[in-house]
Amino acid sequence: MRRSRRRYGQLGWNALGLAVSAVMVFPVYWMVSTAFKPDSGIIAETPQWIPLHPTLDHFRAAMAQPYFWEDVKNSVIIVLVTVAIAMVLAFLAAVALAKYRFSGLKVFIVLVIGIQMLPQAGLIIPLYVVLARYHQVNALSGVIITYLTFVLPFAVWTLRGFILSIPKELEEAALVDGNSRVGAFTRILLPLIAPGLVATSVFAFITCWNEYIFARVLLNDQSKQTVTVWLSYFLGSSKHTDWGALMAGSTLIAIPVVVFFLIVQRKISFGLTAGAVKA
Amino acid sequence: MPQEVAIAAETTPSWPRRRRASAWRRALGASVPYWLILPVVVTVGVVLGYPIYRLVRLSFQQYGLFELIQHKGKAAGLSNYGSILHDPIFWHTLVRTVIFTVVNVGLTIAVGTLFALLAVRVSGAVRIVLTSSLVLVWSMPVVVAVQVWYWMTNFENGILNYVLTQFQLGDFSRHDWYASTFSELSIVTAVVVWGGIPFVAISVYAALAQVPNDLIEAAEIDGARPWRVFRDVTFPILKPVLLILTSLSIIWDFAVFTQPFLLIGQAKLHPGNYLMGVYLFEEGYLKTDFGRGAAISLVMLLIVAAMSVFYVRRMVKVGDVR
Repeated sequence: MRRSRRRYGQLGWNALGLAVSAVMVFPVYWMVSTAFKPDSGIIAETPQWIPLHPTLDHFRAAMAQPYFWEDVKNSVIIVLVTVAIAMVLAFLAAVALAKYRFSGLKVFIVLVIGIQMLPQAGLIIPLYVVLARYHQVNALSGVIITYLTFVLPFAVWTLRGFILSIPKELEEAALVDGNSRVGAFTRILLPLIAPGLVATSVFAFITCWNEYIFARVLLNDQSKQTVTVWLSYFLGSSKHTDWGALMAGSTLIAIPVVVFFLIVQRKISFGLTAGAVKA
Repeated sequence: MPQEVAIAAETTPSWPRRRRASAWRRALGASVPYWLILPVVVTVGVVLGYPIYRLVRLSFQQYGLFELIQHKGKAAGLSNYGSILHDPIFWHTLVRTVIFTVVNVGLTIAVGTLFALLAVRVSGAVRIVLTSSLVLVWSMPVVVAVQVWYWMTNFENGILNYVLTQFQLGDFSRHDWYASTFSELSIVTAVVVWGGIPFVAISVYAALAQVPNDLIEAAEIDGARPWRVFRDVTFPILKPVLLILTSLSIIWDFAVFTQPFLLIGQAKLHPGNYLMGVYLFEEGYLKTDFGRGAAISLVMLLIVAAMSVFYVRRMVKVGDVR
């Protein structure tokens, strides 16, 4: 009797778990299903829960919107350049943090963590004024150096964690075997750190791809903007709201992020709080 | 060039020179970490340090479009700060933002923790479904999330109105969620909390794995009810993680910008529904009153800095543990 009550209890928890998942996922599902529905299904009095007659019209409409491809190209350029530079610089600093003890270490760590806490909204004014002074407003390079600053601290901190997780003995063994320090680094450390580098750069990629406020402030020309700003102007571009195309555009912009995020989430997600769990 | 000197010294055979070489070498070795962090320090210093210095100076200047073109501000003393502190809109916005932050952080942490506890209770397959859905929500770009919620809460054919009406919660057909400040900020809260739950839930879930099972069993055998077990066994172990998650959420939610700005929309934003980030954007950037905007930014940065002291100190301690 006790056993069966337990089983029913378990059933109840499982049902609740599934219900909660359904509610959480619903907005994402609704975005994708709206994107595939014909207009008649979208504005129907009784909502169509499943797109019965799926169509790609909205995706075509979204891609045909002015500046879609230009802004995709801008986003890709900004993201790739930022991530490439950030990874090199961050890796060097992460090695310093993980492998050396030096005076000023603590100050540097405070800097690295403190910057991540700066609210970006509070920095739009000075960045705009300074970048305008050096003709970096309305130029992709201005956005790139801005993103670089916000990606670096996070990247340094995460990479440091990955380097620390490599057993010291491995490196020492390589040194004993007659490798130079640089040799030990390229032959032992680098292959081991590669997954960490990939994970960190993907996360940096997502941060830059999703960024909105700096792109909105620093890029005025519609042909110079990024995908998030493009999407935010979508509603204003026509009098009659084309919900299907809006959701198709949203889906298109979310897809690369979701795919990459699912790949690396496990590796990174605990970075911010990992230390606290350990302590 | 210290490297060249060191290499040159190494090739010379005489004994005393060699000693000096090793001293050089030691100095060079000691400087390695500084060379390694130099690029990051320079980049951050130039792109962030200098603007922050300019921010402080701007806040004491009259700096509008004309000054932006001239690259030269007019000294204005404390007038920017005076105008903010005498501006009732500033104080109302501050109070509204504090209330908004308390509600949002409270909901995010509470619901996120409940989800984590639920994830422990359910069986394997359901747990995979639950965590995958959390990760999926987590990965949604904020701008995309805003558009989706805007579509769901739209008054003409938004799904929210339909569902609420179907559940007999009243007649919500053609109910406009963007008609009052309270209702607007409630939808903003829904978007912020929905997007914030996954990070909290997954972090707490990871921390729950640290709670020893035998401790819970021992408490249960001793007759402790579930609530007591949570309060006396689980919660103390979760406390450090919850503290960090709370302080991070406070910082994020206090400075929230994208959700209220895009969801309420330029046309409907007015001083009565500003949050701090929006207030700053409208007053400083859109009105091109950069001096005043700088003063608002600085006040906001100081408030956030005061709130993040706890988090930074905690993380620095973590950095020390090797």
